[in-house]
Amino acid sequence: MVSELINANPVIYEKKERRVRSVPTAAVDEYAVEPIDQQEIFDILSLNLVSLVSKDIKDPEHPYSLEELKVITEDAIEVDDGRGYIRVTFTPTVEHCSMATVIGLCLRVKLLRSLPSRYKVDIRVAPGSHATEAAVNKQLNDKERVAAALENTSLLDMVDECISPSYE
Amino acid sequence: MELAKGLREIQKLEGHTDRVWSLAWNPVTGVAGIPLSFASCSGDKTVRIWEHNPSSSTSSWDCKAVLDETHTRTVRSCAWSPSGKFLATASFDATTAIWENVGGDYECVSTLEGHENEVKSVSWNPSGSLLATCGRDKTVWIWEVQPGNEFDCVAVLQGHTQDVKMVQWHPSRNLIFSCSYDNTVKIWADEGDDDDWACVQTLDETNNGHSSTVWALSFNDGGDKMVTCSDDLTLKIWGTDNEKMQSTDDFVPWRHLCTLSGYHDRTIFSVHWSRDNIIASGAADDTIRFFVENDDKDGLVDGPSYKLLLKKEKAHDMDINSVQWSPGEDQILASAADDGTIKIWELTSAC
Repeated sequence: MVSELINANPVIYEKKERRVRSVPTAAVDEYAVEPIDQQEIFDILSLNLVSLVSKDIKDPEHPYSLEELKVITEDAIEVDDGRGYIRVTFTPTVEHCSMATVIGLCLRVKLLRSLPSRYKVDIRVAPGSHATEAAVNKQLNDKERVAAALENTSLLDMVDECISPSYE
Repeated sequence: MELAKGLREIQKLEGHTDRVWSLAWNPVTGVAGIPLSFASCSGDKTVRIWEHNPSSSTSSWDCKAVLDETHTRTVRSCAWSPSGKFLATASFDATTAIWENVGGDYECVSTLEGHENEVKSVSWNPSGSLLATCGRDKTVWIWEVQPGNEFDCVAVLQGHTQDVKMVQWHPSRNLIFSCSYDNTVKIWADEGDDDDWACVQTLDETNNGHSSTVWALSFNDGGDKMVTCSDDLTLKIWGTDNEKMQSTDDFVPWRHLCTLSGYHDRTIFSVHWSRDNIIASGAADDTIRFFVENDDKDGLVDGPSYKLLLKKEKAHDMDINSVQWSPGEDQILASAADDGTIKIWELTSAC
């Protein structure tokens, strides 16, 4: 589907240091509802983007992740665990990135497969980061169109490739 | 003084293996001793037929048939013909299937092809002689029922600028209403006697319409009022001049009467107006809400206003895609959800 480079020379950013997560010391109740936080969502979404951003990045040892491209940052993830609402705001690498919908779809599918079903996810592009922002946001949050897209085999293959585990 | 109402869950029906998109009650059931029955359709590519079993000690609901191996993708919506003999099912596989009920067995007797891609909704006209379908290709198709289970496309209505989410025939007039991802509701009328269908009115933001995708609409029993629901988190009530509508063959325009906002806090996918004038809405906030017209006229409000009668939070574990009142005497409601289940509810008089 991607026949030419959309962004041949993406800016690569350093990966952020992870904060150490506190381990509960008390006896763990395995039936307790485990709250999900920003960092957990961010970790889930630190996807590789080798096949989408630049097809000449062929070395699977060093694929760029969405984190390194600053497509998503931890600050752009809002979690209201009580209501089960999660909002992810991502920044496409170039303003006219035609891959914005595909990246958004990847983020949605990854969360769909990783989180308990009670969570409701909204995905949007950062304000001002995309030429057709409103149209992209509307499409990404119309679950009927998402469901139809995910029945499209070639699109699903692309999403699967995008969200496959990292080679690190 | 009206009675307070309560909502009782009668049964949770499991069987679908993916989200349930839609359900439709068989209109000839629930009367004259015929047990209530409805069809449900799902992302699991199947349609299920459910029937009430009044003789069972628990008064339960059973799955009587599974209609599978016909649609190859999600079955998005379904609709019974007015006689209850045929069921039409619209699928993302670009086809609409017609199933005939032969003594409780369902046979696919026709497949309507023509839409470029996903078919999203299907509706029979009141006499059962015409069928309307709509879909992602932005069009509404009208099909005429011919002898021998043949269906001829008699018109393709173009006007929406985005995919058409739902199509619904007016309960008594020869009018088609369609709502869309383009935020509008369009009304289509047959201008001549020659299948000369044209858009006669568009309800959009310029006439107090919705500001995002319109997902569904429903008429009151008299057909002079309509409710629409949207991704903009509102429900809107529309009305037309009933007397004028009765006295002329010309199209009588619809106008915005009021907007119900501040209730659901996620997309409202489904709305249904009962014979008893109770509006039920189901949304992505997992909540079912019920509204009635406000009788307490204070003289300040121009036109009717509506108030919340009752709400049921966490009615399902996930998004509610469809709420439908049953035919028959009782105030029975069925809801379908992303959690793959269907629930049967009864609206009761609470203490």
